[in-house]
Amino acid sequence: MTVIQRVVKPTTHRAKRAIIKKEPKLIEDIKQTLCFKGKNTSQIVVNFMKDLYDLKKPDAQIMQKKNDILPFEDIIPIEKFSVKYNAPLFMIASHNKKRPHNLIMGRMYEQTLLDMAEFGIENYTGLKDFKVPKISEGIKPLLVFNGELFENNHEFSRIKNLLVDMFQRDTVEKIRLQGLEHVLSFTAVENKILLRSYRIRLKKSDCRIPRIELEEIGPRADLICRRTKLASEDLFKQACKKPKELKVKKKKNISVDKLGTTYGRIHIGAQNINSIQTRKMKGLKKTMAEKKVGVKRKYVENNDNSKKLKVSNNSTG
Amino acid sequence: MDVVNSILQNDIQKKDTHKSTVVNKDTEIETDLGTLLALDYNALDLKALKSQPEEYLRSLTRDNVQILINKIWELPVERVDEVTVAKLPKQEFILPRARQIPKAKLLTKWQQFAKEKGIKTKRKSKSKVKWDEELQKWIPTFGYKRNKAIEQKEWLVELNNEGKAAENPFADAKAAKEERKSKNELQRLRNIAKAKNIKIPKVGLPTKEHFADSQQLSQAMTIARTSTASLGKFQDRLPKEKDAKGIAKQVPGMKRKAEEVPRNLQEEKKRNTNLADNILKSNTKILREDFSVPKTKPAKAEKSKKKGKKAAKAKGIKKPKAGKGERNMRRKVGGRKRR
Repeated sequence: MTVIQRVVKPTTHRAKRAIIKKEPKLIEDIKQTLCFKGKNTSQIVVNFMKDLYDLKKPDAQIMQKKNDILPFEDIIPIEKFSVKYNAPLFMIASHNKKRPHNLIMGRMYEQTLLDMAEFGIENYTGLKDFKVPKISEGIKPLLVFNGELFENNHEFSRIKNLLVDMFQRDTVEKIRLQGLEHVLSFTAVENKILLRSYRIRLKKSDCRIPRIELEEIGPRADLICRRTKLASEDLFKQACKKPKELKVKKKKNISVDKLGTTYGRIHIGAQNINSIQTRKMKGLKKTMAEKKVGVKRKYVENNDNSKKLKVSNNSTG
Repeated sequence: MDVVNSILQNDIQKKDTHKSTVVNKDTEIETDLGTLLALDYNALDLKALKSQPEEYLRSLTRDNVQILINKIWELPVERVDEVTVAKLPKQEFILPRARQIPKAKLLTKWQQFAKEKGIKTKRKSKSKVKWDEELQKWIPTFGYKRNKAIEQKEWLVELNNEGKAAENPFADAKAAKEERKSKNELQRLRNIAKAKNIKIPKVGLPTKEHFADSQQLSQAMTIARTSTASLGKFQDRLPKEKDAKGIAKQVPGMKRKAEEVPRNLQEEKKRNTNLADNILKSNTKILREDFSVPKTKPAKAEKSKKKGKKAAKAKGIKKPKAGKGERNMRRKVGGRKRR
């Protein structure tokens, strides 16, 4: 008998690594972003997308060619791109008569679309138009969301979640205090989100905490919310699941005193002294009479127990 | 004194607002220090937003950032390479994952067994080469150059059984190895199928489940035989083939055997009691109350006469006769069709 069909495995180590890299992980890497141009684009929307790309730089990739993709009609080409480049976030710039200066932002879950939102760009001033010193690249920005719409409106709260996902960068444990340089501010008014980007300047104040002054560095744009395609509650909840393995278990009964010694508290159940097997000796052996007495006592005790039980049952019933 | 102090402090702050770090808000803003996020759900001042949008937005953001910075500066601080770093708490703002949580790999059948029995394999990293005493050199345990080494080692094999002298021991060994290989592959595939929850056919001797019931078989055979246009009239029977029982309803042309008339009173009584018992015992209930009951017509005197004639006629096909003054279109009349 010959082997009929082998399960195909990667032949090289490089291919193996590439496959492992794309597999789901317990602790995920930073989400990569793909920036596309649509079939037709305007200078404004492309510039805006490039500005956003500059803000996200090491974790984003800009595609050079134009793509005839309409995500709200057919998402499949984008899903294919996201699988290929291992990038769960995407942006698409397009421009037409019905929807001028159009930017679509979206994200994937399990290589299929989770949610996306479409913005029209108005009142745009680019990153280069502000002639001020810029921030250093790859810095984690502070995100500020203003406006009650972000809390009350379901669509806006989802968009807020998407924007945080888009701009938050890496999750870090420690942060350099002087490195807090950049603020992205989103303000929701009517159906617009006003995007502003500032540089933080730390000034002296009357106490230890510095006083903050802001200087606009761009890009500045008013994003008009157009179409959205949001994930269902179920899917979103499933996507937000936290792995059990990462939850820290509470350590019980262990304490450390001031000198650094660890103490453990141990709980032991009551010992049954009567039935413990001790050393066997002839002298300790029970005589026949003692055994008989013991049996009798046991019998009586058992009966007593049953009576007690009965009584307790009556009292409860 | 405290009250006085606080009032004094407030006064000082009012004097130089450009130096203070205190921000007053209607309702406290939500912050998540893990994400460096500030969520200000207070209502916006629309008038200011219309008249001086940029100024207003900057001041609003400045206040919120100030609150965030105040909180960050209160975090525990460390010094790393002459730089002060603040230790951020865990991220609280919930964001969806990019991929689902990876599932633990399922154990193979052997691994599961070993775990149950507490069998532990010692080897952690098996070396690729092994010292061979016979050849006095290192030979690989698998893979490249392994076969060559084995050939060198076993160039001569002893034949010790008289009867099978003609057989080729090398070919035997090769066949045995091939067998082991395919067994291992089968087990590997079975483990994969188990992990992916795919049903595969069982191996080994066939069990009762593999065969249909003998009654089922005979029923299928009878139905198949009678499934021709002529209801199986011209189909040959197999030797000793009999019609299956209990399917007269489903098969056209098959007659149900009428129950025999009870021979004596005792038997009749027994049957009726059995029937009653059966009905009482069964769980089925009559739900419909509008079931049809055959209507009985009062028999006519004339008809009874006819019946007698009919009964006589049923014996065989007779020469057709006229209607005798009564035309009945429904009555079947045998014989050749006349025109």
